Amino acid sequence: MASRDSDPGPEAPVPSALKILVAGGFGAGKTTLVGAVSEIAPLSTEEVMTEASYGIDDLSGVESKTTTTVALDFGRITISPSLVLYLFGTPGQERFWFMWEELSEGALGAVVIADTRRLETCFAAVDFFEQRGVPFVVAVNCFDGAHQYEADEVREALSLNPDIPVTLCDARERESAKQVLLTLMNRVSEQVAA
Amino acid sequence: MQAHDEFDPGESPHGLPQRAAVGGFDADTPEGEEAGPLVRPYVIAQGRDHADAVQLDMISVVIAAKRAEVDEMALEPEQLRILELCRRPLSVAEVSAHLDIPVAVVKVLLSDLLNRGLALARAPYTAKSPVSRDVLQAVLDGIQRL
Repeated sequence: MASRDSDPGPEAPVPSALKILVAGGFGAGKTTLVGAVSEIAPLSTEEVMTEASYGIDDLSGVESKTTTTVALDFGRITISPSLVLYLFGTPGQERFWFMWEELSEGALGAVVIADTRRLETCFAAVDFFEQRGVPFVVAVNCFDGAHQYEADEVREALSLNPDIPVTLCDARERESAKQVLLTLMNRVSEQVAA
Repeated sequence: MQAHDEFDPGESPHGLPQRAAVGGFDADTPEGEEAGPLVRPYVIAQGRDHADAVQLDMISVVIAAKRAEVDEMALEPEQLRILELCRRPLSVAEVSAHLDIPVAVVKVLLSDLLNRGLALARAPYTAKSPVSRDVLQAVLDGIQRL
């Protein structure tokens, strides 16, 4: 059973939710961007994952398991009484690919935040969304004091398809973060129409 | 795929490292011991797993059923807190964040509440229920209004 939404009942209308992922390396500005547009202060949820070794399904493997806590920061934008948009900052490290798998399912699209001081920290996210066909845009977060690159230089370094939008942004600014999301939504619409 | 942990800005002409366009991410061959089958702990959920669980997503939106009779003795304290919190619609992720309980555990506690008819959940849009143009436009307009 997927849902219990058939009974409208006397309760308040239950909105449907959509999500957009905000990916990027540690410190690239994921939570900052989410916070800039979210109507609530970003919340943090934790997923405790126990990682077992391959091929071991009996109890003897217990001592070799390690527990990893993956924190996810997210924000919320109420679109209408029947529609809520969630923005999830996704852990950037490649070793958290299993979280991306779950998170990207049903996602409208993704924003990959590029930090030009450590551009390689967004490679894994670009690879992931590219291969899964998840619509995405690259937002270059322009940090104070960091060398400013042109969007095209970043596009070239990331070997992006020409149709993937690359925008420069200041993740702290609502207007700037908003433009990034609008760019993504236009990209999503294009991809749906295609 | 190689980890690009050490980055020497002097290496590339533009000062930006270059991503290899082909290949890259491959979920089928996780490297090292970091990735593997995952077993999630259900401490509060008393070892129950998804076998009897309603399929809940991180962004399934949940609300407590209004006129349901709650047998408090039959529920975990955390479930009572969930019902309290869900007087207004909240996503599974929000419940998890507010109660500081991992998402996986919230899902198990919630599916029990759903099975008892004490809460209602609305499934999110998924790949199987593609988003219509109207919804996309609504999202675009909503972001525009920010």
